[in-house]
Amino acid sequence: MIWTAVLLTAAGCYGFKASGWFAPASLLDRPVVRTAATLTPVALLAALVVVQVFAAGTTLTVDARVVGLAAGAVCLWRRLPFLVVIVVAAAAAAAVRAL
Amino acid sequence: MALGVAVGMYGLSFGAAASAAGLSVLQACAMSSLIFTGASQFALVGVLGAGGSAAAGVATALLLGTRNAMYAVILAERIPMSPQRKLLAAQVTIDESTAVSVTSSKPLAGVGFWSAGLTVYVMWNLMTLAGAAGAASVDTHALGLDAAVGAAFLGLLWPRLREAWPVALGGALLALIAVPLTPAGVPVLIAALAVLPRLVRR
Repeated sequence: MIWTAVLLTAAGCYGFKASGWFAPASLLDRPVVRTAATLTPVALLAALVVVQVFAAGTTLTVDARVVGLAAGAVCLWRRLPFLVVIVVAAAAAAAVRAL
Repeated sequence: MALGVAVGMYGLSFGAAASAAGLSVLQACAMSSLIFTGASQFALVGVLGAGGSAAAGVATALLLGTRNAMYAVILAERIPMSPQRKLLAAQVTIDESTAVSVTSSKPLAGVGFWSAGLTVYVMWNLMTLAGAAGAASVDTHALGLDAAVGAAFLGLLWPRLREAWPVALGGALLALIAVPLTPAGVPVLIAALAVLPRLVRR
């Protein structure tokens, strides 16, 4: 099942990339197309953040992951490199779990 | 070079996240070589790791992948290329190669695109392997790697927050409301509706 998902996503993502290379440039003159393509990732990424941190199956919980996210957010605010953000977030959650 | 190192670290965290979500090393590497667009890859493993259906994971990953089509339209106008070459260029059409190309002068747009695209491709795949193989041999929960995935999504979102925070807030709220009401994976798709007010307002 995981393999099917991986291969379908690969085919679809390649299809999007390739179709753009062969599409007429006038496509981007339509503001609706440009707005949808620019803003959809923003809505999805924000949803992925909260689901990854607050969801446990179909219930909402507050646990060590929140501490990890908060620590990561502080690193982003301080403009630290991506690796530092990831490591600090993981370490903060790990520390809470180890208590 | 700085780009390669930064992407390498990001690839390392993807490999670890895929492993934490229960994917094999081979599956993680297949994702990075075949899908090759970070946000979609993180989304698919995020949904699968949370117990969501494969269909919801694929749909989220594909929605995130639509922006690459827009990048390709912009790049096709700047970089003249034969149709065969375009089929190759398509695979390395991602955030990083587009950013380097559009910030280069027009004569260097092609050089910037290919050098960034190929550097990122190599680094991303090598470090996915390292991350997945490394994480497969440790307790990802005790190390907090599942919490790091949330921070990774926030890192991807961060540069867009200044201009588009209302959409981000709307998406986050819709997802939170949907979590208890829908199967895992679906809340993220529902969040895409947060874009609608911006599409109808002219």
